[in-house]
Amino acid sequence: MCRIGAIKSKKNIRPSTALKLMRSQQEGHDDSGFAFVMQDIGGIFETYKDLPILSMAATIEGTRLAEDILHDIGFTRVLQWTPDINNKQGLKINPMPNYIFEVLAYPKSHKYATKEEKEQLLVDTSIRLRKALDENHSGYIYSFWNDVLTLKEIGSPKDIGTYFNLWDDDNELCAKIITAQCRQNTNYGIVRYAAHPFFLEGYTVLANGENTFYEKNRLYQEGLYKGYLGFESDSQCFLYSLHYVNKILKWPLEYFMHTVFPLSYNDIDKRNGTEKEILLRIKASLSHLSANGPNTVLGVLPSGNLICVCDPKKLRPVVIGRDSDTVIMTSEVAGINDLMPNRDLTKDIYPKEREMIVVDDNLKIERIVQ
Amino acid sequence: MTKVTINQLHKDDLPWIIEYDESKCIKCGRCSATCSFGAIKPAIEQRVKSGSISEKNKLEKVIVIKQEIGFANHCRGCGMCERVCPNGAIRAVRNTDDRYSIRYRSETAESVKKGGRSNLNTEGRTLDKIKVGRISQMTDPSLDALRHTFELKTPFGRVLSADKLGLNNENGKMIETKTLPPNRWIYPIIMGDMSIGAVSWRMWEAMAIATAYLNEVCGIPIRMCTGEGGIPSRLLKSKYVKYMILQIASGHFGWNRIIDAMPDMVEDPAGILIKIGQGAKPGDGGMLMANKVAKYVQEIRGVPKADLLSPPTHQGLYSIEESVQKMFLSMNAAFNFRVPVAIKVAASVTSVSVYNNLLRDPYNIVGGFFLDGLAAGTGAAHEISLNHTGHTITSKLRDCYKAAVKQGRQGEIPIFAGGGLGQTGSFAADAFKLICLGANGVFSGRLLLQIAGCVGNDTERCNACNTGLCPAGIASQDVCLTKRLDIDKVAQNLVNYILATDLELRKLMAPTGCSSLPIGRSDALITVDKNVADRLDIQYVC
Repeated sequence: MCRIGAIKSKKNIRPSTALKLMRSQQEGHDDSGFAFVMQDIGGIFETYKDLPILSMAATIEGTRLAEDILHDIGFTRVLQWTPDINNKQGLKINPMPNYIFEVLAYPKSHKYATKEEKEQLLVDTSIRLRKALDENHSGYIYSFWNDVLTLKEIGSPKDIGTYFNLWDDDNELCAKIITAQCRQNTNYGIVRYAAHPFFLEGYTVLANGENTFYEKNRLYQEGLYKGYLGFESDSQCFLYSLHYVNKILKWPLEYFMHTVFPLSYNDIDKRNGTEKEILLRIKASLSHLSANGPNTVLGVLPSGNLICVCDPKKLRPVVIGRDSDTVIMTSEVAGINDLMPNRDLTKDIYPKEREMIVVDDNLKIERIVQ
Repeated sequence: MTKVTINQLHKDDLPWIIEYDESKCIKCGRCSATCSFGAIKPAIEQRVKSGSISEKNKLEKVIVIKQEIGFANHCRGCGMCERVCPNGAIRAVRNTDDRYSIRYRSETAESVKKGGRSNLNTEGRTLDKIKVGRISQMTDPSLDALRHTFELKTPFGRVLSADKLGLNNENGKMIETKTLPPNRWIYPIIMGDMSIGAVSWRMWEAMAIATAYLNEVCGIPIRMCTGEGGIPSRLLKSKYVKYMILQIASGHFGWNRIIDAMPDMVEDPAGILIKIGQGAKPGDGGMLMANKVAKYVQEIRGVPKADLLSPPTHQGLYSIEESVQKMFLSMNAAFNFRVPVAIKVAASVTSVSVYNNLLRDPYNIVGGFFLDGLAAGTGAAHEISLNHTGHTITSKLRDCYKAAVKQGRQGEIPIFAGGGLGQTGSFAADAFKLICLGANGVFSGRLLLQIAGCVGNDTERCNACNTGLCPAGIASQDVCLTKRLDIDKVAQNLVNYILATDLELRKLMAPTGCSSLPIGRSDALITVDKNVADRLDIQYVC
């Protein structure tokens, strides 16, 4: 079973916190990988919030290829940060030759571009980079977006932490939001892209469980939007459904829940006229995005809000713990106990089936029952 | 030497031969009275008296049951004589050396006509080569068919893509901005579509009762299609019409009554089904022989007692676009755009083109695509059509679904597949597999008749629905024959069968982890036949 976690804090936190959160849940995963996405980044990236950060892992050839493409489009490098590698003997890790985290300035052609135009440029560039790297198997692009940094690696989470010096709390990486998973994908092939968290245009998603309707979701999503790529994991479908409902259709967040876990006809029938009509329209129209569980989905929205969504079967665990500075959503309470031993336990939340939890920037928690 | 008449029809030319044991027969006459075809009759034969030694008076006359030799009244092997015989003195035996089809054509210059479904059986059944192979075990646990909640409902009606739903987010609150085509959530099985005329009013009534009972008492929102033959006015004006899909075919039979009843209707019907073609005899219209046009059939349809042959096409519909326009103007408008209008076509090499055209219709008015495969049944057809025309349902359904997927429009016009479902025993398995291959639901007619007691099968037994002499009283309007059918018992059997199917559907949904219908979930299916795997794009296993 996957173990997933999401931390949102008023203060900057480090990847070591995410590692610690997942370490105590180790019995629930197979020690096969570690991946995290940092958003609302501090440290050395703090001053570049308006510029996109490219996160990629590549061979030397792949690195050159990516640089050429970026140059060709007109991006210019503002800052490059390379992790301090500790390549000591015996680490269980299967690293790539290069890890690139660089801040880029938009091309001159986009000097007066709108936010939407800039975002489209980032999406198109990401797709182009990915295709180029895929073609000669020379690397992976994880995210290319403002204020977002991603790392995904195969191996033991502890050793991945050692390799990248993530255990060191003095390293330069920190952020107010970190989402993490300690396991490679087990249902399908072990590839870096298959590791949660998945990121697209400001949306981050992690999911515990299997998406029973993966095939249906994939076939529908493949033609829905150019950015819906990969499908190395059935959980990516949740990211694309969230993105589609919230960003493309611009529907309120709760309709993500109504789309992937639609209420039964009988339950909808009990709602009032307008709501009933709306829910039935969605249920029919987006039936190919329903997931059928069992799943717990964690996510981050472009606003920085954290979300947690539980399916109707509620077969996958999740708990939310908090103190005055931080909220943690994760699969097992053991992880929260390690990080917040002195919190008020009575404030822990165990979401129910068909419930969505939203955490805003003030760490205010909203519970939405479907 | 005795003269032999080679060119006359003889018993051994016929497909069934009566095997009669005179020593067991008590001459009660039940068999001959029962035979609806008149294929056996009492007769007098001569026998040598036992113990007679003189030439004079050595013969005696005895009463026997004798098989009739004729095209109109030959034995169909229905077995009713055997059923009623108290002593097991008589039965019909299949004649494997029969020459009937040659003799019939050479004697009458007519094509052979029959009911039932194709008896050629050369295609093999693809659905039986497919298994449900993706069993949820640990990552997505199997569900409990008896304890979990399952939703067996599918939309019937035009579905629009999410960006065309007219839903706007106004300050975090969703509002509707336009009216959409009507859409109903129904059970994924539709009964029918067989007309009053093709089947007896007792059979039709039993189906209507079963439909109402399943809805009102069992909570199963199943729908029944009327077939092209109208619907009794009393039902039209009752609340139960909401469970009926009214069919209009090229003969428009029964529609004068429907239009007359409209002002008095208290509920909208479940839908309208425009029949363009049917799988058993694609390219042919309906064929109700005069001997089945009883008085009440005449009244409902508004026709004289004559052969009722629906034209092969709707008069005036010469293109898909025009068909769409007609539907738009007439059927949708008839119920003020509140009722889904669907179309039924025979599966064909051209089905994908038809489906694509309907999908791309800018008026979004086609609310369902009923695709009927060649193993479908019919009340009457030319044998040449029944056995030699049509298209198998499985691959054509898959083609249509995949055509929709290619355009990102799967589910926009729900597909209902039919034709030979339950033919080899399990309706639920066939339905589940077709749903996984992309159908929103299925429909069945022939199976319902077999549940009701039809003894016809796919190896030339009975299949005499066209004669109006159905020995089970199902495909007949003869008062004596239809009395054989116990309406309440048939309704009960239909209800029971659907309840069993419902349970069996859940028994397939549960291990695959589906709590709602697995429409398009082809990853759940496997096959040991590589050709089937390649054609349907499902996993080949060995």
